[in-house]
Amino acid sequence: MRTFRGAVKNNPMSILGTRVLRTEDPAFLTSGGVYMDDLVDERLTGSLYATFVRAPIAHARILDIDISAALQAPGVVAIYLSGDVPLADRRPPSPTFDKAMVQPLLAKGKVRYVGEPIAVVLTEEKYQGEDAAELVMVDYDALPAVVNPRLSADSVKLFDDAVSNQVGTFGSADDFDPDFFADCEVVFTHEIVNQRVAVASMEGRGGVSVWGEDGRLTAWISNQGAQGSKTALAAMIGIPADQVRVITPDVGGGFGAKFGADTEHGIISWASRELGRPVRWVETRYENLLGMTHGRDQVQTITIGGKRDGTILAYRLEVLQDVGAYPRIGAILPSLTRLMTPGTYSFKTESRATMVVTNKTPVGAYRGAGRPEATAAIERAVDFFALSVGVDSAEVRRKVLLPKFTEPHTTSTGAKYDSGDYETALNLACKSIGYDELRREQAERRARGDVKQLGIGVACYVEITGGGAESGAPHENATVEVHPDGTATILTGTSPHGQGHATAWAMLASDQLGIPIDKITLKWGDTDLIPEGGGTGGSRSLQQGGAAVQKASIELIELARERAAELLEANPEDLQMDTSIQGLKVAGSPGAQVTLAELAAKERLFVRSVFTAPGATFPFGAHIAVAEVDTETGHATLKRILAVDDAGTILNPLLFDGQRHGGIGQGAAQALLEEFVYDEDGNPLTASFADYPFLSATEVPSYELVTMETPTSYNPMGAKGVGEAGTIGSTPAVQNAVIDAVAHLGVRHIDMPTSAQRVWRAIEAAAAGGASASGGTVGSGGIASPDATATGIASHSTPDGKVSTPTSENEAI
Amino acid sequence: MQVTLTVNGQERSAEVEPRLLLVHLIRDDFALKAANVGCDTSSCGACTVLLDGESVKSCTVLAVQADGSSVQTAEGLAPEGQLHPVAAAFRQEHGLQCGFCTPGMVMASVGLLKTNPNPTEQEVREGLEGNFCRCTGYHNIVQAVLTAAKAGVDSPSVSALHPGVQA
Ligand code: FES
Ligand code: FES
Repeated sequence: MRTFRGAVKNNPMSILGTRVLRTEDPAFLTSGGVYMDDLVDERLTGSLYATFVRAPIAHARILDIDISAALQAPGVVAIYLSGDVPLADRRPPSPTFDKAMVQPLLAKGKVRYVGEPIAVVLTEEKYQGEDAAELVMVDYDALPAVVNPRLSADSVKLFDDAVSNQVGTFGSADDFDPDFFADCEVVFTHEIVNQRVAVASMEGRGGVSVWGEDGRLTAWISNQGAQGSKTALAAMIGIPADQVRVITPDVGGGFGAKFGADTEHGIISWASRELGRPVRWVETRYENLLGMTHGRDQVQTITIGGKRDGTILAYRLEVLQDVGAYPRIGAILPSLTRLMTPGTYSFKTESRATMVVTNKTPVGAYRGAGRPEATAAIERAVDFFALSVGVDSAEVRRKVLLPKFTEPHTTSTGAKYDSGDYETALNLACKSIGYDELRREQAERRARGDVKQLGIGVACYVEITGGGAESGAPHENATVEVHPDGTATILTGTSPHGQGHATAWAMLASDQLGIPIDKITLKWGDTDLIPEGGGTGGSRSLQQGGAAVQKASIELIELARERAAELLEANPEDLQMDTSIQGLKVAGSPGAQVTLAELAAKERLFVRSVFTAPGATFPFGAHIAVAEVDTETGHATLKRILAVDDAGTILNPLLFDGQRHGGIGQGAAQALLEEFVYDEDGNPLTASFADYPFLSATEVPSYELVTMETPTSYNPMGAKGVGEAGTIGSTPAVQNAVIDAVAHLGVRHIDMPTSAQRVWRAIEAAAAGGASASGGTVGSGGIASPDATATGIASHSTPDGKVSTPTSENEAI
Repeated sequence: MQVTLTVNGQERSAEVEPRLLLVHLIRDDFALKAANVGCDTSSCGACTVLLDGESVKSCTVLAVQADGSSVQTAEGLAPEGQLHPVAAAFRQEHGLQCGFCTPGMVMASVGLLKTNPNPTEQEVREGLEGNFCRCTGYHNIVQAVLTAAKAGVDSPSVSALHPGVQA
């Protein structure tokens, strides 16, 4: 039985910390959720359907657009091009970025990626839109496509008025210490690619917009935070935010890509006003894979140095972020990667990041958003070092993990880790999976020269959750109201789309008020009802939104106490909350009591509270993966993955573990299979589920979870965020496991996804001699010499003059 | 063209275009919105229903092909207010998060357990290979099917409304 270790808990039989099934499930399992395409609403009577004409070419000037044939097609009400829509271009998300890199809501003069919206067709019926869109004729003058971010800076400019294709930088090479690796006996450098992946929530994007007679816009958007969507949409249309009401239907997954509002939402809203009718849009999977922001896409150069005994002394990370055709949130995320550069370690680090545009789908947040990239880089670097000096990878980590701390620890990058115990997590992971036994089996297979070799991949992680409030300290609001019939309603500024807030928030209120969770209704995602809120993302919801529910519940008891005191003519101090009667009792006078429901019958009983956190929290853990690699085919199979995750106090282990599972699945998917691929002309090769290698049930094993609970002092529950941890720990663990399986053959690195072809090529290259195998080819691996790597990636690998490694380091351990 | 099907035990008819897919017939004409459309390449399984007792991706079948057949969707799995044992197992094991894949996943699982009432974990994974889920990492979905198999799909339905608590 779990105990809830939070500081605020008033009931020894508390529901908190127990495995509670979700109250939201029955509806999902019978009638199904009500997603964007399922919406039935009176206000949507007479809706038009929007179909976007999208660029089929990555980079071109638009010479002419002929819509005359399309306008004649059945059901077409209107077709709009960029010139018809008087809405301002979207500016880059940071004032430090090149100001010329603006995004028009519909392509203006140029197209910059395949899938960019060029025109919108409004039709009476949905299928008519697809037919008409095909009749829109666009004449293009093709331009060379910028596909390789390494070459972007010197390529044809995407934006004529921009200085170059560089969006901006975080940090600079001038900040680098020329003697950074001076005290190192060995230094290794390598380029690693954190590949572009599709977010691919099972429900794509969609929206419906309708204007009321009062001149206000009501927009249903599949989103992760209605309030943020409202602000973004109002800004796009150029009206005050209070003129917009955003409503959130059930949302079929977001993973970071459904924050705010997309250009399509701006267009349909404007068209709806123009035509005086509601306009609906739900994207197809093809549109989703091209139109929803992609994730990751960093080229990283890691340089790591230390002593031959396996002690790491210094680590440098250089990030080249491909932001796609327009700088969106993905252009900001490298700052988070930099912030988390040091990971769980005590050795010194330095980092910088450069962001460039290419002719690809814009990059945005994807589960972890900037932090998985940091963890993947350092965990790969540490393993690279371990393999190269021939010291066990868990042992190499133990030498340099930050010792346990309970007072905040500030890193060299300025991250303030609230609490951590990394070595315990690593040791627990090793013990739980039987690390020594696995190493023995690995040694045996190697000695026998088995075709199927075993790899053990270790990753330690720390990540940042619940940061990033727009202004000031991170905060969230909640309103709790008890009704005369004994039920309760909670309003929250978070925005569940699978995380189970209806259950979890009800548990928090129920714990205080004694009202059963099935009598508590959660409401979210209507900005007229809940004007403020930060939504759900960055693993923030429980530690801020949940904390606000708990705070509001406690304050509601205080309000009830005052009213009860008046009613019962007692001292407020003599009144005790009794959850078993869902009311207050006068101490020592039996019968003198009143329920919350009775109080609510006299006067509405509700409290709105804002919980403000002192800062972000830093969950941590250790993941160990076991992979089997067929050395003849290169095929890698994930046999086991064990995760020790510590995200503070656990509210509901059912939800907690569910979040970890999902994260592990997505992390393993990135390590093993998934990649969004473009050809050299910028044509997407994976724009359908037939081509994109979406993870399926056969490609992963069951996951092994081990739990640690180190409470944070940043909220009364002691909870940190767990939504993204699984992705952050599992990705490098799985990648390291695959490489480890063939490390004895001389392989030191294989880029993700570790496909059979890549693994096979790495083995071949290593057999042919590591150094010559490099050639700077991405994904070919087998390199341990900085000299060799530097040749292929001269523009981004800048090991200083002191870097030197004997070529013998290439040989098998 | 006129089609007539038995949908969740009730006879339903509609006038359809020859190109209309079964999934759109169910969703748009019969207003049963549990089955979802998750792709345009018959890859994801979000649209899975039972057609004459067998699980099929309803985006791979034309409405006219289904004429005269019997279709079962998530809405029709159990009497009102009750959960089918497989659905109950999904709840028990937290086999759903955002819920978008869920109706298809449950129908595919029901179909799987009909043909193989006692599957191994590997058989469950292979049986559900054509059903994508982005949220759960599949772990609890697989557990749910194994749990349902253990309980037996003919076990009494579990009340839909009780928020079970289990320490
Ligand atoms: S919608 Fe039928 S398989 Fe994807
Ligand atoms: S529960 Fe969200 S896609 Fe499966």
